[in-house]
Amino acid sequence: MSRALVSVPTTARRGEVIEIRAMAAHLMETGHRTDATGTTIPRNIIHRFVCTYDGDEIFSAVLFPAIAANPFLAFTTTATTSGVIAFSWFGDDGSVQQATAEITVT
Amino acid sequence: MLHEVRAQPSIGPLRRREVLFAGALCIFGVALPRAALARPSLEDAIRSFTGGAAIQAGRVRLAIPPLVENGNTVGVTVAVDSPMTGADHVTRIGLFNEKNPQAEVAVFRLWPRAGRAQVSTRIRLATSQAVAAVVEMSDGSFWSSDASVIVTLAACIEDLS
Amino acid sequence: MAFVLALVLALPCAGEAAAADRRSGSDFMAPETRAMQADDMSNPAMLWVADGEQSWHRPEGAAGRACATCHGDATRSMRGVAARYPAFAEATGRPVDLSGRINLCRRTHQPAPPFASESRELLALTAYVAYQSRGMPIAPPQDPRLDPFRANGGALYERRIGQLDLSCAACHDARWGQQLGGSVIPQAHPTAYPLYRLEWQSVGSLQRRLRNCMVGVRAEPYAFGAPELVDLELFLMGRAGGMALETPGVRP
Repeated sequence: MSRALVSVPTTARRGEVIEIRAMAAHLMETGHRTDATGTTIPRNIIHRFVCTYDGDEIFSAVLFPAIAANPFLAFTTTATTSGVIAFSWFGDDGSVQQATAEITVT
Repeated sequence: MLHEVRAQPSIGPLRRREVLFAGALCIFGVALPRAALARPSLEDAIRSFTGGAAIQAGRVRLAIPPLVENGNTVGVTVAVDSPMTGADHVTRIGLFNEKNPQAEVAVFRLWPRAGRAQVSTRIRLATSQAVAAVVEMSDGSFWSSDASVIVTLAACIEDLS
Repeated sequence: MAFVLALVLALPCAGEAAAADRRSGSDFMAPETRAMQADDMSNPAMLWVADGEQSWHRPEGAAGRACATCHGDATRSMRGVAARYPAFAEATGRPVDLSGRINLCRRTHQPAPPFASESRELLALTAYVAYQSRGMPIAPPQDPRLDPFRANGGALYERRIGQLDLSCAACHDARWGQQLGGSVIPQAHPTAYPLYRLEWQSVGSLQRRLRNCMVGVRAEPYAFGAPELVDLELFLMGRAGGMALETPGVRP
């Protein structure tokens, strides 16, 4: 199953500020809800997100249960060189979702 | 409940008043949502983000709808007046709420190469309340903006079973 | 926002909306929610569509066939299909909705066990197939074998049920555009299913929405897959004939 969608322009001019958007499929279970028997449903969220551009971190986030399900993030970066923009979402359960996008800079 | 009482900073052995207070928490703990007792205030959460530094008004624009149809997914954009140069840029943006079970929403880390100091996300708001964005600059100064949001509730919500 | 609400409240709201007055639920939404639906990179339901696309190409069952093995490129073979559902199924002698058709196909041709109602797999594949008809007018089949089932759906739509003694028509024909709690009552056109509800924080089917409404009027909801729910969908899609499909929609 595809677990993430990312949006990066395929091409950009050097020095141009580009918008990046990232969305991952995740329930973001808060840990504050109870099930039908009154038992607390354990917290299970994406607690950290990191975006790198050719290996260098360009944006990161620490997320709390108040981030909506299927977390959405939009931010910017300056197009410097053709390369790979990589995305990682770190879950409480130890899982890591990853996605990449290539950008050509002219 | 005991855990939460212990989590309060205390010096020396418990005095009678503190023991009574702990007892009261346990009684009310049955009826009150645990989180209502546990969460620090919006001000406390912001203070731990800034380390107690002074916060100035201005430079931060917090865009959030004043009235939302559903608190489960509320779009938020924080934009900061900053040249985003090596000498003068945003380093962190903290997003906080007043009345959810936890005061923190997210902390974003930015670098000069962001080019523009603007971040968007979607958040949950358990009820109508204030939301605050606090921004740390590369010179160590803090700036903030806040907004009030009214959360309307859908009429035909699904039963939870 | 206040302007939009005032405009909605000022509209005449008596009786079933004439064809020209028909409005999708998206017309009643806040601008932020409309924007979320309009942009594929903001619309969370696109996560399900992407899953469905993978599922379309994955071989399954004893025969090891994928949907694509027989149907090829969904962007061509499935274009317009969702606009014609529910349709008459020879196998059961009754109307079947799009999810039901997918499960019939799985059982018969792959063959593989059907997906559970409202499972992520079934919603994803249904959303992917329906997405191929986005923007196309809803085109209810003119098959006379469907007529008695459509009539039954219409009767269910008019029947008062539950402790609140309300019919679908009592709200969605007689009072659309008015407020119920914090929400505007829409006209109940199923133009965007499966869709992402902010309340659900997930994609769900029309059947899930119909069951919500039944619980809302304090009636016992029909089980997922019940023939009554398919008949209701058949009636509603006829009533929405000609309106554009928006799948995958976003609703509050």
